Amino acid sequence: MNNIESFILSTLSATVRAGTPLLFAVLGTIFTERSGVMNLGLEGFMLIGAIGGFVASYQTSSLLAAILVAMLAGAILGLVHAFFTVTLRVNQIVSGLAITMLGTGLSGLWGKDYIGVIARRFEPIKIPVLSEIPYVGQILFSHDLLVYISFIMVPLMWVFIYKTRPGLTLRAVGESPDTADAKGINVFAVRYFYTILGGSITAIGGAYLSLAYNSMWIENMTAGRGWIAIALVLFATWDPAKALIGAYLFGGITALGLRLQAVGAHISPDFLKMLPYLLTIAVLFFTSTDTLKRKVGAPASLGVPYSREERT
Amino acid sequence: MAELPVLEMRNITKAFPGVIANENISLDLKKGEVHALLGENGAGKTTLMNILFGIYKADEGEIFMEGKQISVSSPHNALKYGIGMVQQHFTVVPSFTVAENVVLGLKEMGFFVKTKTVESSIKKLGESYDIPVNPRARVWTLSVGEKQRIEILKLLYTGAKVIILDEPTAVLTPQETEVLFKAIRKLVSEGSSVIFISHKLDEVLEISDRVTVLRGGKVIGTEVRSSIDRRSLVRMMVGRDVLLDFDKPKTEPGRTVLQVENLTVKNDKNLEAVRSLSLSIKSGEILGIAGVAGNGQRELAEAIYGLRKPVQGKVVLNDKTLRHTDVAQRIKGGVAFIPQDRRALATCPSLSITENMFMKNAHTNNIPQSPFNVNIRAMQKATEELISSYSISTASTKTPARFLSGGNLQKLVLARELSTKPCLIIAEHPTRGLDIGAMEFVYRTLLAHKERGAAVLLLAGELYEIFRLSDRVAVIYEGEIMGYTPPDPKFTEEIGFMMAGSKQGEIA
Repeated sequence: MNNIESFILSTLSATVRAGTPLLFAVLGTIFTERSGVMNLGLEGFMLIGAIGGFVASYQTSSLLAAILVAMLAGAILGLVHAFFTVTLRVNQIVSGLAITMLGTGLSGLWGKDYIGVIARRFEPIKIPVLSEIPYVGQILFSHDLLVYISFIMVPLMWVFIYKTRPGLTLRAVGESPDTADAKGINVFAVRYFYTILGGSITAIGGAYLSLAYNSMWIENMTAGRGWIAIALVLFATWDPAKALIGAYLFGGITALGLRLQAVGAHISPDFLKMLPYLLTIAVLFFTSTDTLKRKVGAPASLGVPYSREERT
Repeated sequence: MAELPVLEMRNITKAFPGVIANENISLDLKKGEVHALLGENGAGKTTLMNILFGIYKADEGEIFMEGKQISVSSPHNALKYGIGMVQQHFTVVPSFTVAENVVLGLKEMGFFVKTKTVESSIKKLGESYDIPVNPRARVWTLSVGEKQRIEILKLLYTGAKVIILDEPTAVLTPQETEVLFKAIRKLVSEGSSVIFISHKLDEVLEISDRVTVLRGGKVIGTEVRSSIDRRSLVRMMVGRDVLLDFDKPKTEPGRTVLQVENLTVKNDKNLEAVRSLSLSIKSGEILGIAGVAGNGQRELAEAIYGLRKPVQGKVVLNDKTLRHTDVAQRIKGGVAFIPQDRRALATCPSLSITENMFMKNAHTNNIPQSPFNVNIRAMQKATEELISSYSISTASTKTPARFLSGGNLQKLVLARELSTKPCLIIAEHPTRGLDIGAMEFVYRTLLAHKERGAAVLLLAGELYEIFRLSDRVAVIYEGEIMGYTPPDPKFTEEIGFMMAGSKQGEIA
């Protein structure tokens, strides 16, 4: 009995850990896509964040510096994406895919000398009192700082997007840039800002992998998490609260696969590793049907470059 | 009066690739007046106002506000000077509430949106101008007239002194137009000034204090309302007298061309829009379908043309039952379709006029083409002929269709659809948004094809258009035909009852 209890507890705790990188990536992308800029470059953003954070931690032993460098790296990629999609009005899908490849390549190049080295990592911090709560304490409040930051970000982002004036502006730019423009909102500036901000938050998701989850640099260590996060943005219908559910759902499946392997269940490990990707396909399938698409309320101008004089 | 005009535009010039949209235009606006800007489509009205509102940059010219020169670099900038514009395509965010739309972009709101305060102040503002709105409603659930009211409220909320209305009545019902006019009168009595863009003479004569007529990008003249009449305005607009009330050519209806039997069609929301409807049209006959928009007209037209799959029923063309959703079969069978949405459904905006003109050629093969070597020169030559016979004003045959004004675009559609001498023409709101000159052209063209022996299904919102063109009038309500009348204004009342849902026999 005790065995099953501890199995469930450790799986749920691992769920939070496995879900956190996805959560950061999804939250960041919600910002970007709410402004009407589609981002398919998540894999690239996460990888550049992973290596940026890892290198900074190795060089300075400062975790604050590590996170800042990861965010800066993500911001620079975000700037590139914004320049191509907002200023040059390149097809956003193409630019996103290019960013994936750019980020993958750059992170591999940059990380060449850091394979196998050890850098300072985020250690779990048990929150006093809260971590003493039976079950809940172990599942939610015995993690590292980044996990707690992601907890706080979800309600903050929700309030920001739905209840504040800048949130209103952000949604308007993604829904109807003409309207926003006519109301004196600088559509280009808003799109730049949130593409860069979203990129830097997404990069934290990558940094979580190299500084907390795996605590080392492995080339291509995101292993498709960026693509999963893209599906999760759809699943979450651009809502931070639902992003939390989605990220932990996928985290749970990953964690379960690992735990089952650890206890020697007779299921093919390849099958277990495949589960998150299968679920991704299922999510894409169910969110792409026409009726659902209308219901979920994607930002109406998502993927459409804005130009003032070319309106018809 | 020695009082300075609120606003003055001096010698404005603006050119687009291939066209001069505004040439040396000057205009002034007094405090508390409604100044109408009248002209045909493509005369440059909207361009001029877009310059004033900061959407376009003028190539030359100056703008003065209360005697001081200003430079309007963006709509935001214009709003700061107190210039606001309600555009033809509304700039509202459909998924937002009314209140969210109004406060969008206002800097003085603070960080958190104070929903309650905003909602009550919008309600009050609306009531004080006789334009009631529900500030909590989502905009996509509102009617067109209500959306327009929100546009005006948005401007009032920011304290605009000059309000530009770009063809505000084009999308309104007569009742909604009345509400709008009441609001405009209230606005000017409170000291605002209104620029009213229109090509509808009666409205301009009803609402404005002064009228400036534009033609071909130039000012023809500015007149005070009391010194002009309908006739002189038409002459200024078109440059000649126009006769809209011409006789219908008498034709003997021949054999039955189109037979629709028990057709049931669902709309986009998966509700039945057309309910087991039957009708038939003979050659040389125009059947006008009258009805309030949204009673299944669009679905009926699309099902007949094969764009929409009916749930049940038959469409028979010249004794041959057509396969559902087979548009190619209809094109080959000589069916022409003039859809309501010219930009989205009838043309490809980025393709050239030539390419748009011969979009159907793959099926009709009017200009014989080899699949391996497209004979562009033959198409271009034919296009040039069509451009001159349908008097389309364009820089060249290579101009992308999106640069054409509404009227010219419709002429392009007519040229493509009708030059193949079809046996059935489905015309859906063929003159919506067109000016008088273009309307006259569309009427003449349709009547000429009727005389030639084509059958015409005319779906129009405006009764006078149906009376003027058709041989029989059918009234549609919720996807069913309520009854038939002759095309005579005498029957307007009976038609009105049927449009509201009474069956013909039931009217006392």
